[in-house]
Amino acid sequence: MKPITQVSGRAYPWGAKNIDTDVIIPAHWLKTVTREGLGKGAFDTVRAQPGNIFDDPAYAGSPILIAGDNFGCGSSREHAAWALADMGIVAVIAPSYSDIFSGNAFKNGIIPVVLPQEAVDRLIEVAKTDPITIDLETMTVTTPYQDRFSFELDAFRRQCLMEGLDEIGLTLARDTVISKYESGVSEHRPWMSGERAYAGTVVESAGRT
Amino acid sequence: MASRPLTLYEKIWAAHVVERRDDGTCLIYIDRHLVHEVTSPQAFAGLRAAGRKVRRPDLTLAVPDHNLPTTARLDAAGKRLPIADAESAAQLDALERNTAEFGVDYIDAIAPEQGIVHVVGPEQGFTQPGTTLVCGDSHTSAHGALGALAFGIGTSEVEHVLATQTLLLSQSKTMEVRVDGTLGFGVSPKDVILAIIGKIGAAGGTGHVIEYTGKVIRAMSIEGRLTIANMSIEAGARAGLVAPDEKTFAYLKGRPMAPKGADWDKAVAWWKTLPSDAGAVYDKVVMLDASEIAPSLTWGTSPEDVVPITGVVPDPDSFADPAKREAARKSLDYMGLTPGTAMQDVPVGHVFIGSCTNSRIEDLRAAASVANGRHVAEGVRALVVPGSGLVKRQAEAEGLDRIFLDAGFEWREPGCSMCLAMNPDKVPPGERCASTSNRNFVGRQGPGARTHLVSPAMAAAAAVTGRLSDVRDLMRGAMS
Ligand code: SF4
Repeated sequence: MKPITQVSGRAYPWGAKNIDTDVIIPAHWLKTVTREGLGKGAFDTVRAQPGNIFDDPAYAGSPILIAGDNFGCGSSREHAAWALADMGIVAVIAPSYSDIFSGNAFKNGIIPVVLPQEAVDRLIEVAKTDPITIDLETMTVTTPYQDRFSFELDAFRRQCLMEGLDEIGLTLARDTVISKYESGVSEHRPWMSGERAYAGTVVESAGRT
Repeated sequence: MASRPLTLYEKIWAAHVVERRDDGTCLIYIDRHLVHEVTSPQAFAGLRAAGRKVRRPDLTLAVPDHNLPTTARLDAAGKRLPIADAESAAQLDALERNTAEFGVDYIDAIAPEQGIVHVVGPEQGFTQPGTTLVCGDSHTSAHGALGALAFGIGTSEVEHVLATQTLLLSQSKTMEVRVDGTLGFGVSPKDVILAIIGKIGAAGGTGHVIEYTGKVIRAMSIEGRLTIANMSIEAGARAGLVAPDEKTFAYLKGRPMAPKGADWDKAVAWWKTLPSDAGAVYDKVVMLDASEIAPSLTWGTSPEDVVPITGVVPDPDSFADPAKREAARKSLDYMGLTPGTAMQDVPVGHVFIGSCTNSRIEDLRAAASVANGRHVAEGVRALVVPGSGLVKRQAEAEGLDRIFLDAGFEWREPGCSMCLAMNPDKVPPGERCASTSNRNFVGRQGPGARTHLVSPAMAAAAAVTGRLSDVRDLMRGAMS
C-alpha cells in the first residue's frame, strides 16, 4: 500500500446515515474477479437519481467522503472498501462505522475518520466550497477557515497507514518466528506437512465418501 | 506446577500460537486452507500485485463449487461444456489460472473428487483433528466435526493466509452445547442443530467457539457431526467443535491426504490428547435433552425461527421482545404465512436436497429411504445434488440415483447449487422450497424465494406429499 500521511482535497459533502454495503456496492458485483473497476458500481442506486452528489462535477474525483452514522453496515463484503478505493476515496469521515467495514477500510488503505456529529456537520458546510485536510501525523482534520478537529486512531493501524505497511507486509516481517514455528511442527507433528495435498487419487474402498 | 484443565479449543489454540502480541492478539498458524472461486480472485491478484508467493502451497487446496452449474459438464464426446453465465465462467477461469500460476493444488470441475469445499475437505482427509483450517466461506465451521478449529475468513484474510500461512486473531470464548439422552424415531442430526439454534438464537454463539458434547453427539456418525458443526455459524458462533474419537480416526484412516504409516500412529496418539480435560471450564454451557427434539423446520427468515413439524406458524405477538415481534411480522409477510397455520398444511413447489449441510452419503440414503417406491407430487420440482463426485459415485453404486430418478427427482452434478442461487439453480420469486441447506435468509435461494430448512428425510417427505410433512408418518407407513 502507498504510505499516507496527509489527504488534502475536495470532499463529497454527503452526510447520509446507515449507508449499508448494498448501497455502497450492490450484490451483483460480487461475481467480479478483481478489486479494480468496482468504482463503476459504487453507489449505483444513489447515482440513479438526477442531481446526485457523486455525479456533480464540483466533487468529481474527491479523495474524501463525508457520511453519517453507521457507515458500511450490512454484509461483510470487502467489495465495499474496494469500490471506494476504486473511486479514488482515501478517507471517509463519519460519526461511526460498522466494525467490519472499518476493518476492511484499513486493510485497503482507506482512513475511516471518526468525528462527532457537530464536526461532521461543519465539515459538510465547508466541503461544499472548499477543500479539507486530514493529517495522520497530528491526527487532525483542518479547513481553510481555521477549523481544527482532532480524531483518534488505533496506533497499530495508524502506523500501517503511515508507513504504507499492509498487514501482510507486517506479518511477513515476522518470517523468522513463523519459520521457527514451522520447524517445531515438522519435529513434533511431522504428519502435518509432507503429504502433498491432492494427487488425483480417489477413495477406493466401498462406503467411504 | 499442576496445569489447569483445558478445553479442546484451548488446546488447539495453544498449539498454534506463533507469537503473542502485547495487546493479547496472537499470530496463529494455519494448517489447512481451502480455496474456492468466489472469495479468492482478489486475494491472488493482491499477491501478484505485491510480487508475493503462496507460502505453503502444500497446505492449500482449491476446488470450484459455488458457481458451477449442476448440469452435465461434458458433452457426449467427453469435451467440456462451456458455462453460459459469463461472470461465473470468469470466476471459475480465474481459479484455474491462479492455482496454476501459484502452484496450488486444484481439483478441477470435471475431476471425480470435485465437490463443495466442505464436503471435499473431510472426504479427502485434508481436514484433520487438532488442525487450524480456514476458507473464505462462513460454513467452514463444518470441519470442526473432526476436531479441527475451522472458521470462515474474508478475502483480505485469504490473501494473508496465502502469503504468510498465519492470521492475527484474538481468542474466542468457549461454549459447551451438551445434547444428552437418545434421539427419537425419525429425528436426525439436522433436527438437533435446528433445535440448538432455536434454543440459543441466531446470535446465541456470538464471540464463542461451540463444543458439542454429550451422548447424542458421541453416538453420531461423522456425517451427522458435520451437519451439526456446519450450522454453528447460524448460531453466530465463530466455529463449532466435536472432540475427535475412534469414529473420527476410523473415518480418516486411508483417506488420500490423511497421515500414513508411522505418521498415522503418531497423529492418532496426539489426537487422543486433544479432547477437553475433565473439569475444563467453558464460558457458557447449554444443555438439551434429545428426547425433546422432534423433526423440525424453520418458518421464518432466520435459522432461529424453528418449530417442530407438528407445530403451527407462530403469532408474532407471542414474542416478548418487540424487535423480535417486528422481525417475525416481516418474516411472515415475506414467507406468505398466516399465524396459526399448521406447518403440515403448507404446500411446497420446490425441494432441494444438497448443500454442505446435507449432501453426504448418509443424507442421500435417508432421503432415498423416504423416496423409495413413492413419487414426487404433482407440480413439485425436486433436486438432489450430491456434495461431491465421490458421494455421487457412491450413491450410484448403491442404486440411490435410480430410486430418486424413478421417484421423479432430478439427479444432478455436485456443487452448491440452490443453496445460494449463484449458479442457475434458483427458486423463482414467491415460490416455496423445502431445503436441506443452512440459510433461510431473504432471497438466499433466489430473489423472493421462500425457504424452509429441513432434514434430508423431511425434504423427501415434502417432495412426495407436496407439502411440509412429518417424515415419521411416512416412515411408519413404510414399515407397516
Ligand atoms: S453449499 Fe451453500 S453454504 Fe455450503 S459452501 Fe456452498 S453456498 Fe456456502
